[in-house]
Amino acid sequence: MSHEILRAEGLRKTFPGVVALDGVDLSLRTGEVHVLLGENGAGKSTLIKILSGAYHPDGGRVLMDGRPVHIRSAGDAQRLGIATIYQEFNLVPQLTVAENLALGRPPRKFGFVDVKRMEQRARKLLERVGVDVDPRTPTARLGIARMQMVEIAKALALDARVLIMDEPTAVLTTSEVARLFAIVRQLRDEGVSVVFITHHLEEIADIGDRVTVLRDGRSVAEVPANTRRDELVGLMVGRPIDQQYPRPAPDRPAERGEPLLEVRGLTRRGVYDDVSFEVRAGEVVGMAGLVGAGRTEVARAVFGADRYDSGQVFVRGRRLPPGDVHAAMEAGLGLVPEDRKAQGLVLGADVAENLGLVTMRDATRAGFVDRSGLRSTAARVAEQLGIRMTGLSQEVRTLSGGNQQKVVIGKWLAANASVLILDEPTRGVDVGAKVEIYQLVNALTAAGDAVLMISSDLPEVLGMSDRILVMARGRLVGELRAAEATQDDVMALATMEASHVR
Amino acid sequence: MSADVLPRRSPAAAWLAENGAVVALVVLVVALSLLSADFLSLTNLLNVGVQAAVTAILAFGSTFVIVTGGIDLSVGSVAALSAISLAWTATSAGVPWPLATLVSLAVGVACGLVSAALIAYGKLPPFIATLAMLGIARGLALVASEGSPIAMPDAVSELGGTIGTYLPIPLIVMVVMGVIAAVILNRTYPGRAMYAIGGNEEAARLSGIKVDRQLLITYALSGGFAAVAGIVLASRLASAQPQAAAGYELDAIAAVVIGGASLSGGKGRALGTLVGALILAVLRNGLNLLSVSAFWQQVVIGVVIALAVLVDTLRRRGTN
Repeated sequence: MSHEILRAEGLRKTFPGVVALDGVDLSLRTGEVHVLLGENGAGKSTLIKILSGAYHPDGGRVLMDGRPVHIRSAGDAQRLGIATIYQEFNLVPQLTVAENLALGRPPRKFGFVDVKRMEQRARKLLERVGVDVDPRTPTARLGIARMQMVEIAKALALDARVLIMDEPTAVLTTSEVARLFAIVRQLRDEGVSVVFITHHLEEIADIGDRVTVLRDGRSVAEVPANTRRDELVGLMVGRPIDQQYPRPAPDRPAERGEPLLEVRGLTRRGVYDDVSFEVRAGEVVGMAGLVGAGRTEVARAVFGADRYDSGQVFVRGRRLPPGDVHAAMEAGLGLVPEDRKAQGLVLGADVAENLGLVTMRDATRAGFVDRSGLRSTAARVAEQLGIRMTGLSQEVRTLSGGNQQKVVIGKWLAANASVLILDEPTRGVDVGAKVEIYQLVNALTAAGDAVLMISSDLPEVLGMSDRILVMARGRLVGELRAAEATQDDVMALATMEASHVR
Repeated sequence: MSADVLPRRSPAAAWLAENGAVVALVVLVVALSLLSADFLSLTNLLNVGVQAAVTAILAFGSTFVIVTGGIDLSVGSVAALSAISLAWTATSAGVPWPLATLVSLAVGVACGLVSAALIAYGKLPPFIATLAMLGIARGLALVASEGSPIAMPDAVSELGGTIGTYLPIPLIVMVVMGVIAAVILNRTYPGRAMYAIGGNEEAARLSGIKVDRQLLITYALSGGFAAVAGIVLASRLASAQPQAAAGYELDAIAAVVIGGASLSGGKGRALGTLVGALILAVLRNGLNLLSVSAFWQQVVIGVVIALAVLVDTLRRRGTN
């Protein structure tokens, strides 16, 4: 049991302008789940990219079974039995599940792909991870949770002895997480060693055996997984975090302001049905539900990014034309989308450009953009949000997740949006930046703005909202007062109605 | 990443890394002046400039499109159609030349607008929409001219001449169009929107940029620049030819790419494009002076295009 399968010693890696790893040790035993913990930018991604052959360390060494190894490519890692499952899956959506599982080395007969044997093998692998999918299904038709299972099956197909999982639970619902954990435990018992990255502290004791904490590119501690949560947070950020959810309890709920956003009977056939709610000045309204319940779709429709079949959206009592982002913006709406890299940021542009994306139109006189004016606004917003960067000219691509998210929020601050829709605002964001984002939400609502916050993170919804709307299967199934609700209340609504509708 | 910041590269080194095309141009000029005694003469250099002018003007237009992440294959055909429109309205229809010139520019812009409408509203890939326009514009040029050259009005043909003894007017037009392109890209709303759209179209849309409208502007500019290039080309020859500028779209794209733009969008500058066009012209001129056969010239230019992009890709891989 105590056999050490993989060991990293004093790993160092620098990029132009940044030291990403500055002395990282990691010791992985056979048949353990080893949690890697650290804020975004602490070096977790760099470490796993070194172990999977995507990066080469500038210093230090990696040993497997006590022998030094050089992992120069993904092929090397594969031969050594190291498989990595990234947050962005490595599946070809157009191919079937079986084809993905056999990608690159399908079984052959007379030079042709032996489809029957390929599907047989796939069936066995899928059985092993306990997922009920026909191998002939096109991968694109699977939900995220099942795609992840297919990824795990793919790793097993390569006889992986070390399985690295980068935030596998970030996109899963509670019940899906439970299934994932069951499979991870089963693999562990079969002798597979798992490196598990997560931002959800409550998962650590549940799934992990030991924890290595990274901070600022160094491994600062190796502790048992049942270490107290506040202690872990302290190790991670190097300072205590007073309050994880700093939202003050609404002492006088009657004092809530006028409704800034009103949605009436919003319907898009087959996606969401008769959704009505309002968000008042000074209020944070949380929107909970399972992935696929239609929350993001409603948010995008409200913002004018997508069309809807019927219903109305009002901002400060004025009706918004459907499908018109520009009109929504003019009315004071802002959307921080679910996927910041694909929808929120121009990754190749710098911080100043991104912060000025929304305000650029207003900074234009006779066709000419006042770029220096935009830049000084950007400087002010960056200062206000505490964006950690080398300067306004740093490419957004090279910022950490939390700082990228601050940039997306910042472009709406620059535009003085009065109703912010935040879709999974802290997904993939480290603890320190999370609290900063929460404080910002509090500051905005204290100043009389309104926030609609979609989140699959139940403690966050409960901790940061004043009211919680629960969606299931495209319908609004309940409203709870956050101060009185529990996680179980929310989940009961989100899942019960789902089975009822089905 | 709160890590120690490494010593920065010196500004000069950083500039060189960002402007590899300029370095390549200088190296090329030095090499050719050593290899051929005729290369560095004023007459020859001005000649190179005139050779570069049409490609450069087309390429400035293509820069807008490539920055948005699109491609415009139709610029050569549109240049020919615009020139034919000018010559036909002025000569056959007897319209005064200033008006005919406006008609010609309008034809170029209209071609761009049609391509853009197919892309923005018809959701055609830019490659297909502009490939269709490549055929349509060339065909219309042949139809209108009945396949034969049409004489340009004398006043417009002056554009092909010189100011004083030396200074070729195409060179001046090239510089003016380059400055206009640079100002549009750097200072105007449509220009900045092009970078945002090319960098991430969805993020641009969700930030309130009206992507469809900006694409119309982008391809209209490309068409307008193509019209100017067509007029310059025709005035040098004193006649508008329906087969003129065939294949120039590929030179234009090559110039933009050699100049450091990325075909995936979000990156590209007018100055880079100018340097790219000059590299192509210097290379052709130099190879002629060195009596390299026209067949081998094509091989060399192909290699240069591949090298330019390869070096850029390797450099970027080095920094990531």
